Amino acid sequence: MFSLEMLLPYDFSPLTVIFFVTVLGLYVTALKLMPSEDRPGPLRIFTFLLGLGICYAVMQTVFDYYSQYMFFVHRGQHLILHHLGPFLMALANPLPILRFWNRQIPDRARPFLAPFGGVYRTLQQPFIAAFLFVGLIYFWLWPSIHFDAMLSRDLYWVMNWSMLLDGMLFWWLIFDPRSPARSDAVGYGKRMLMLALVALPQMFLGAWIVFNRGMVYDVYEVCGRAWPMAPETDQLIGGVITWVPPAMMSIIAILIVLRRVMHEDSKKTGKRDWKPQEAHQ
Amino acid sequence: MRSTASAHWQLAAARVTVAFLLLLLAGCFSDDEQWNAKDISSLMPDLQFDLIRSNGKAVEAQDLSGEVRLVFFGFTHCPDVCPTTMVQLKQAIEQMPDKLQEEVRIVFVSVDPKRDTPEQLASYESFFGDRVIALTGSEPQLRELAKRYRTTFGYGTPDEDGNYDVSHSSAVYVFDQQGRARLLIRDGLPTTAIRDDLTSLATRSRS
Repeated sequence: MFSLEMLLPYDFSPLTVIFFVTVLGLYVTALKLMPSEDRPGPLRIFTFLLGLGICYAVMQTVFDYYSQYMFFVHRGQHLILHHLGPFLMALANPLPILRFWNRQIPDRARPFLAPFGGVYRTLQQPFIAAFLFVGLIYFWLWPSIHFDAMLSRDLYWVMNWSMLLDGMLFWWLIFDPRSPARSDAVGYGKRMLMLALVALPQMFLGAWIVFNRGMVYDVYEVCGRAWPMAPETDQLIGGVITWVPPAMMSIIAILIVLRRVMHEDSKKTGKRDWKPQEAHQ
Repeated sequence: MRSTASAHWQLAAARVTVAFLLLLLAGCFSDDEQWNAKDISSLMPDLQFDLIRSNGKAVEAQDLSGEVRLVFFGFTHCPDVCPTTMVQLKQAIEQMPDKLQEEVRIVFVSVDPKRDTPEQLASYESFFGDRVIALTGSEPQLRELAKRYRTTFGYGTPDEDGNYDVSHSSAVYVFDQQGRARLLIRDGLPTTAIRDDLTSLATRSRS
């Protein structure tokens, strides 16, 4: 069943390949050149590469073919691009790598990078970030927009890229390893609130797809499915994928952030004037 | 510690974001309702193919330019969808004003080259009248064309008589005389609606 051809892209996108190769190259180069005390351990390296790898796999292998012609596979593709892949990459804490490359930027170039910093900080305001995160899911799943996106090659690529980039921004905001007490990273409470807030509309949308009696996404009818499958089944599985795993990932992320709060609390390293621990119990 | 420069950029970035969102919104709701079928003008590439005709000769999209072309993927052994669609398209064309009928061509692309030999295609062509041209090609050629128009096809497992089902797109892709993608006719569109669209398309790009 398996052939090497499956690893080749269905719709080859040079830009996508260049992006992934560049990220991989920058990551590995930084690992080699950085002082060993900054270097992440093997588990973190593995997690990062796994996250990067699955994002590449759903965009540039046979997986992409099935994503174009099966609704539920498409939902799986977005689950990886917008949730799981970036989740793993951010959890792997690539901050030392980012800092390493930040140090390499010559001072003369910095003024030219300022606009990017501005855009980045705007997108990373908690409200905007959460709104964008859910908004993009709703936008691309709006039936008429979804129809167009699956018909137009350009729109399709814009869709997948916007999901990947937004996923990276959002999960990086959530798993920012810097302590809010000592940097301008978003506070842990806000992070948990964001996670809970983005889960609800996703569950609502997923449930709406699952319990919808009519065909919401008929573009897969028009374009032919990759293999014969009842349209209702396809839509049902797709709805469940939109509904359950993202909600679970929000919960897992809340637990991870909570663990970090407790960890920092017990170390009492924050500059803030923490109340004695009894207050929390 | 934020400098005024970075605050300035932040404001600029916020403005760009808002402008972008407004643009998106404008794009979504400015649907003009002049077609009955789905308008795909800005979504799909121009007509391009390299296939084989029922007489065994190679045909390219340019060979048919100057006509409104209705491209339909199917196979001649198709029990229901294909004949129904073909009959409906034929009727829609016959209901058009006489002069305009000659400007429209149904391009039937068989995605089942194994069974659809040139002879088989020739009889299919003659069965559905002179506005039909039936084409096929090698599987890679057909895959290429299907991919270009964001569709796919697949083969079911053959029964004991060697008959098998073929999954394919149920839509008809409409291209104008210049080969630009214009409309997508979906299942369930009434024949009169198709006739109206084709008539205005044939008239429009004529002038």
